[in-house]
Amino acid sequence: MPILTYREALNQAMREEMHRDETIVLMGEEVGFYNGAYKVSKGLLDEFGPMRVLDTPITELGFTGLGVGAAMAGVRPIVEMMTFNFSMLAIDQIVNSAAKMLYMSGGQFNIPIVVRGPGGAGHQLGAQHSQSLESWYCHVPGLKVVMPATPGDAKGLLKTSIRDNNPVVFIESEVLYGTKGEVPEGEHLIPLGVADIKRQGHDVTIVAHSKMVLVALDAAAELAKDGIEAEVVDPRTLRPLDTEAIVNSVRKTNRVVVVEEGWEFCGVGAQFVDTIQREAFDYLDAPVLRVTGADVPMPYAKNLEHDAQPDKEKVKEAVNKVLYRK
Amino acid sequence: MKSSNAATEPVNVTELLVGPGQPAAGTIEERARREDPAVLKTLLEQMLLIRRFEEKAAEIYQLGKIGGFCHLYIGQEAVAVGALSATHPDDYIFTSYREHGHALVRGMDPGEVMAELCGKQSGVSKGKGGSMHLFDRHRSFMGGHGIVGGQIPLAAGTAFASKYLKQPRVTLCFFGEAAVNIGSFHESLNLAALWKLPVVFICENNRFGMGTPIERASSLYELSQKACAYNMARTWVDGMDVLAVRETMKEAVSRAREQNAPTLIEARTYRYMGHSMSDPSHGHYRTKVEVEEQRRHDPIKQFSAALEAIDLVNQAYIDELDQKVRDTVEEAVAFAERSPQPDARELYTDVYVD
Repeated sequence: MPILTYREALNQAMREEMHRDETIVLMGEEVGFYNGAYKVSKGLLDEFGPMRVLDTPITELGFTGLGVGAAMAGVRPIVEMMTFNFSMLAIDQIVNSAAKMLYMSGGQFNIPIVVRGPGGAGHQLGAQHSQSLESWYCHVPGLKVVMPATPGDAKGLLKTSIRDNNPVVFIESEVLYGTKGEVPEGEHLIPLGVADIKRQGHDVTIVAHSKMVLVALDAAAELAKDGIEAEVVDPRTLRPLDTEAIVNSVRKTNRVVVVEEGWEFCGVGAQFVDTIQREAFDYLDAPVLRVTGADVPMPYAKNLEHDAQPDKEKVKEAVNKVLYRK
Repeated sequence: MKSSNAATEPVNVTELLVGPGQPAAGTIEERARREDPAVLKTLLEQMLLIRRFEEKAAEIYQLGKIGGFCHLYIGQEAVAVGALSATHPDDYIFTSYREHGHALVRGMDPGEVMAELCGKQSGVSKGKGGSMHLFDRHRSFMGGHGIVGGQIPLAAGTAFASKYLKQPRVTLCFFGEAAVNIGSFHESLNLAALWKLPVVFICENNRFGMGTPIERASSLYELSQKACAYNMARTWVDGMDVLAVRETMKEAVSRAREQNAPTLIEARTYRYMGHSMSDPSHGHYRTKVEVEEQRRHDPIKQFSAALEAIDLVNQAYIDELDQKVRDTVEEAVAFAERSPQPDARELYTDVYVD
């Protein structure tokens, strides 16, 4: 199977889908001539031309709303956020227009749009460019929220998201763009709402999404040296959530750590924990612990930025706690 | 007009309404003589239908049969009627939340519109939208939208779709004068001009954003000038003169359809009622005298007088037409009242599609 970077996998997904369906267009800042701020759209302008790969002014509210309107009229736009931090400028159109149009029109207008781009922290980008906003979008009925962790998932989930007839918020990761992995060629489609067990284990469940999957896997590898076999469950889609996969794992391991890059308060992990306590209460042998980003705006200084984010040491510490190990 | 904002000078309303611009050439009578008589009669009937529909909506709102916010179009009828008369049936229409009139002119069934206002299953949006969210996919009626300016980027979007899919469909986007100060207006006008999109932006300047008059909200009173910043065609029109609106729109629609060039039109009109049914028709922000003065330019009175003057209609015809639309509105209310509420199972439908 070909080995591609996460970035190349996303590019391949868009290229294949744009060949398959002429109603798909890509728009956003620097997606065309510049080949994408993070090169995810590299080569697409040359291949599909300026009517299908549209460089926009820096006007997130305007071009996202334009995309939603186009989706009401037979176009299937992929709207790139240079980073998801800027999606806050567009959130009125994502929430008030894209998410609600179907409902408030009594089922007349669905919005087949993908709003995609990187979320989370990079490397010392400071407070305004380092945040995980998935819980904001997960909160809204009418949206689907997808966050792939691997190149293979990135391709398979993006292709499915593009074909979905609902608005999909597809959050990538700047830190993951250069990571490599196996990516099936051609028609590789991963259904939304289906989790993936990234590592099998029977002692403890670690639920993690996006780049926290890599942190969880690193922690699990080290725990294995101590004889602890952690199961790493990657929901891949946060809404709809594959609660069954999470609950099944908890029933097997009886102990859970939930890891997320975002802030703790009202983070998506809180929703996972709610499901776990309700559906697997009798199976739990310890309180569920969460490892999250620090409850502060992201600092710039390298040491402080590191301390503000979950890492494998913090995950190991939480696992040891739920196992009541010293 | 007294202003509570010391930084703004009081402005004479009449001056604002006849400010610099291009007034319609000739009297209404002269222009009416050049139109097809059947069209003239339709325009009159549509304006009357809106007026009677809205009066009835106000009446049953007071009885508690309509809930929430309900924004009436009384006084502004000539804008929707004149503008939509210049469109094709498959041209896209976007509006704000003051959209009952546009929906009726588009041919949406008055009964189904009234049922939507009353939150009934038979409403145009199945009772899930309400007064502010009327939709009709088959008539390319793309919705009433409740966030000020929120529909403006969407309209740029359908215009983009027309261009991309090579369909000769123009988009009309209506909004109030308060929307010209919001970011989505400016971002959308820039995109529409930059990408040469077939869209006509119609600013219905009814003078007030809720209780705030234009001169306390915008540094510029001649609102179509906002288009200059985007190198876009612009004009203003007397929004109380249905034929003037129709003529102006014809030109703008043709510019959109044939040259993919957008236009910003300011239609100067006046809202007789409060911002919504929750507000008084006049209050501390305007006087009863001012409202009465504006009613003297009533679009329906002016137009029916012109049609009488050219001997196209007489008072008996107007009375008969009025009775006909009153009957239609009565039937609409009866239909809404006998329609069931949405089934409880509808709560969870239409959130996602397959």
